[in-house]
Amino acid sequence: MDFKIEVTDAAQTYDLGMKLATYLEPKDLILLDGDLGAGKTTFTKGLAKGLGIDRNIKSPTFTIIREYQDGRIPLYHMDAYRLEDGGADELGLDEYFNGDGLNVVEWSQFIDEDLPKNYLRIVFTRQDDKGDDFRQLEFKPQGERFTEIAKQVVTQNG
Amino acid sequence: MSSEDNLILSFESSCDETSVAVVKNGRTVLSNVVATQIKSHQRFGGVVPEVASRHHIEQITACIDDALTEADVDYDDLNAVAVTYGPGLVGALLVGVTAAKTVAFAHQLPLVPVNHMAGHIYAAQFEKTIEFPALALLVSGGHTELVLMPEPGKFEIIGETRDDAAGEAYDKIGRVMGLSYPAGKEVDRLAHIGQDTFHFPRAMDKTDDFDFSFSGLKSAFINTVHHADQIGETLSKEDLAASFQQAVVDVLADKTVKALNAYPVKQLILAGGVAANQGLRDRLDEELKQFPEVAFVKAPLQYCGDNAAMVGAEAYVGFEQQTFADSNLNADPSLEFDWIKGETA
Repeated sequence: MDFKIEVTDAAQTYDLGMKLATYLEPKDLILLDGDLGAGKTTFTKGLAKGLGIDRNIKSPTFTIIREYQDGRIPLYHMDAYRLEDGGADELGLDEYFNGDGLNVVEWSQFIDEDLPKNYLRIVFTRQDDKGDDFRQLEFKPQGERFTEIAKQVVTQNG
Repeated sequence: MSSEDNLILSFESSCDETSVAVVKNGRTVLSNVVATQIKSHQRFGGVVPEVASRHHIEQITACIDDALTEADVDYDDLNAVAVTYGPGLVGALLVGVTAAKTVAFAHQLPLVPVNHMAGHIYAAQFEKTIEFPALALLVSGGHTELVLMPEPGKFEIIGETRDDAAGEAYDKIGRVMGLSYPAGKEVDRLAHIGQDTFHFPRAMDKTDDFDFSFSGLKSAFINTVHHADQIGETLSKEDLAASFQQAVVDVLADKTVKALNAYPVKQLILAGGVAANQGLRDRLDEELKQFPEVAFVKAPLQYCGDNAAMVGAEAYVGFEQQTFADSNLNADPSLEFDWIKGETA
């Protein structure tokens, strides 16, 4: 089952991230996919805020993983953008996925084969015909737990 | 070689490059061997994931041998070993840290831990001796920071990027333009041919702090390209590059000038991979004319990217201050300078 939400600006993307954060627990995995500038990092900033993390969330592109330990649960913000040509096997991703925090992965298509079975994938798509800041967020959960969470977030939003 | 001379064997493996160097007295590079992933990919006729992940391990012993041979020194001539222990990719950092610890242990040498960012700043020392207090503008693929150095070995962040690093923004808009990674050099080249015709927004330019933001600029750039695509119009790559670069350089230069007004220093140091950018170098040259009492020190071009020589330069300070690590030294992927007191992150 898929769930779609349309947002008209970056603030709404941020708010959705905040809302989702309240449902999440350690070992949860959120995949954020979409073009450059589609709102993935904005969404993560909202998620972090929702977890009670006050530090600024910077792009993890260069270091691939950034860790934030000061929220309700740890946040592991990962970006596979630089792994398009391989190299994921040296990062010990399993240890994060089975660890003590929430895992958020941008550009997850580059590490598809290293992903666990259950996750919530959110696909960000620009709606250029409507306006520069319009985006569609499509929630694609794998597993019962994430299906329930996706349903909650999307219904609450409507 | 005089017996008074200090020789440090230094290691750098925080990201894509594996590098080993021998540096004399923190000032003179005797050797600086750099092996990049790119070469190894070429050797194997393309990208092989296993090769990429083991690259640092494969390269490092050969790099040590080459660095010693090129410097014409032996382990017995060394006074210390130094290594970048963060920030960076944990797997990559560990290779350098382990190698450095092994050499230090085997040859009974003190081990100096170096912050990668401090290393970038100290690359300036190959151009001119650093005088304190100094201010550093550190711009690379992973960082965009203004760092105050009140005295040797002390680094305080006064401003940083709130989202993307400047170098990262270059690479990402390069991707949108269809340029190959890393795109910084090509964007810089195109920018010198084109004109700033698009007038992209200068984010944070008027705020009171010393922080930067490049994600809004990235979005504006992408929107411009998308709109053109939709109506089938082709934009001038040169003008796009020039407009983007002008926006980046304006923000970097304006915040740097503001910092120089707030903190009287003897030197402004420009360091990091993006310090090789000609547009930025030229602009800061121009701006520094209003600060005749501030010397402008640019890290030499060949030491702007990641390399072990800069690590050896910074390690000399640690050696003199005797800040040594023991065999418990670990990689710290999230290592950061502290913020200046009284400011918030």
